[in-house]
Amino acid sequence: MKADPRGVLTGAHYLDGDFACSEGAIAAGCRFVAGYPITPSTEVVERISRRFPLIGGTFIQMEDELASMAAVVGAAWSGVKCMTVTSGPGFSLMMENIGLAAMMETPCVVVNVQRGGPSTGLPTMVGQADMMQVRWGSHGDYAIIALCPQSPQEAFDLTIDAFNLAETYRVPVFLMMDECVGHMTEKVLIPPAEKIEVVPRAFTKKPPDAYRPYSTDGWPVPEFARAGDGYRFHSTGLTHDERGYPTMSLKAQAALVERLVTKIQGNADRIIRLEEVDTTGADVVVVAYGITARVARMGMELARKKKARVGLLRLITAWPFPEQRIGELAGKVSAFVVPEINLGQMVREVERAAAGRARVVSVPHAGGGVHEPEVIAEAIVRAAK
Amino acid sequence: MSTNLNSLPELVTNSPPDVELNGSPEAVAPEESEPRSSVLRQPTAEDIWFDEHPIAPFVRTERMPHIWCPSCGIGTVMKCYASALEAMGADLDKTVVVSGIGCTGRVAGYVNLDSFHTTHGRAIPFATGLKLSRPELKVTVFSGDGDLCGIGGNHFIHAARRNMDLLVILVNNFIYGMTGGQNAPTTPAGAKTATMSFGNFEPAFNLPHLAASCGASYVARWTALHVRRLTKAIQEASAKKGFRFIEVIAPCSTLYARLNKIGTGLDLMQFYHDSAVVQNGADTREVDITYQDHIVCGKFVDRERPTFLEMMHDHYGKVLGDRYVPTPPEGSVYHD
Repeated sequence: MKADPRGVLTGAHYLDGDFACSEGAIAAGCRFVAGYPITPSTEVVERISRRFPLIGGTFIQMEDELASMAAVVGAAWSGVKCMTVTSGPGFSLMMENIGLAAMMETPCVVVNVQRGGPSTGLPTMVGQADMMQVRWGSHGDYAIIALCPQSPQEAFDLTIDAFNLAETYRVPVFLMMDECVGHMTEKVLIPPAEKIEVVPRAFTKKPPDAYRPYSTDGWPVPEFARAGDGYRFHSTGLTHDERGYPTMSLKAQAALVERLVTKIQGNADRIIRLEEVDTTGADVVVVAYGITARVARMGMELARKKKARVGLLRLITAWPFPEQRIGELAGKVSAFVVPEINLGQMVREVERAAAGRARVVSVPHAGGGVHEPEVIAEAIVRAAK
Repeated sequence: MSTNLNSLPELVTNSPPDVELNGSPEAVAPEESEPRSSVLRQPTAEDIWFDEHPIAPFVRTERMPHIWCPSCGIGTVMKCYASALEAMGADLDKTVVVSGIGCTGRVAGYVNLDSFHTTHGRAIPFATGLKLSRPELKVTVFSGDGDLCGIGGNHFIHAARRNMDLLVILVNNFIYGMTGGQNAPTTPAGAKTATMSFGNFEPAFNLPHLAASCGASYVARWTALHVRRLTKAIQEASAKKGFRFIEVIAPCSTLYARLNKIGTGLDLMQFYHDSAVVQNGADTREVDITYQDHIVCGKFVDRERPTFLEMMHDHYGKVLGDRYVPTPPEGSVYHD
């Protein structure tokens, strides 16, 4: 389906990543946002609050992030596309209802403009240290999708992708920005509405008496009914059967939880997007995402002057993790270099996927700034030896 | 949250011998009496009792029997809600129940409506999102005292402040029932709970006053004994807009009554009969509940205040004029 033209600001703009994210959400069809102020993400909801009254959307500033996330899960059941936006401390509060969204299979988008942590950390300065929290932050087993934009243009594009993936897999999808991308202003091209592909909510066409809210047939994602259309369905955060009714059966638990995970992991090939630069014939491959991927390119240029044969694997999709591609490369390269603005998070996944067939070098940064390109260059040159 | 349900009936029979188990049915006001045979026997597969029950169309009968203990008050409150929907001729396809966690949180799983059993304390913000994004829905939040005013207290006061269009039915049994009888923010001082073994020394919330002072447009309190008045209050509140709050005092036989050696649910119903004082229009500052003392019931607040949606529409209409595009009643779902 094509985007609703009423929301699309077609043209060339000069926007920061936060504003570009707002426009991406609107272009994707988002018409409900609940949020709570937190640096450095607040600009997203500020722009939404100005745009929504003009295009039939509702924004509400809730009393906290617990409420924002709960309101988004509730809103999704009206059939609307919806989103909330936050940074580390708020992200921690949202974990409870992110788990509910995963369990109820609620399509929604959560934007985390990452700052330095832990706790209140560095509110106005960059971090990338929520990359494991986004995967594992709520209790229990479930799977999610997380995307990492490296520019305001990608903040726009990937926000649309995030909504489309949320609808396709009925899962919370995370736009894991960082403060640098969020506050970086660059040219953003917004295409005409008819060039923007959006995935509509897949409302069930079954009559109410034949509808079972959590039954699947082949494709592991159940059909959606929204509240108010006469389906009289029940949804719960308790382990439930195909009717949505609570059950304590171990069989039902296994069927449900395994499906929650496999509907994402089993479709990893369809979901994962990577950018590869000069990985063919490379001796060292840098694995990076977000702002760090841009800094890494500078480090790669410096390393090339010292004869390093280096390529870049940029994680546009961080979760599900592209373990298959890393595994393929591990047989061909001598090392992976993984710079990230944390003390070593996604590098653990690289190590796991490389499984000892290539060395894996972490280039940590505690947060508050980006790497010096020379530090990444030095790691590349050392890894090449 | 997990409780071995099989053990609950035993807990009742294990009540200390000094407890008077035989409440007098005659002492209960006639309006409350149900056919006792219906209540006491377990239905069988051949049983057509549920289909004949007046509220069967409002209940997911395939989920019966429910998990509530014998002489729990929650089922009575749910019955009053169903009776109110029936009496109003409510459009059941547009009526939604949202619950949190706990004994009362299970109501969402039993009503034959679109219904959501959410996270602990978050029923109100969940319902807020649902209501705002499809404003034509009639959304009722049905949950317990610990859920709505303990862990969810912040959401409760803010929804009342905004005069959010929600009907909130709070079943107050003075205790955390599902987890085994721990202290609640509503436990009267002096009452014993599983985490206040020597008696509760904290002051309890006065919930009608909390709701009223935060801006609720309708505030009432009844007990599970007042089935007709409660049903009427639900009808009355349903016909109004904004944040409407009904507190229902209900017996928890298994935990509150047992831990405090005050009998069974039936004895508590007798206590409500003897101790409930109906004072419509009472000053909510004066309706505190103290341990085993009188319970002031009635409709305390019934006022017109602009609701969140009204304030939003009025404001944007004034500021933006024709440029304002409100979310349509059926929601903003785009199809090309």
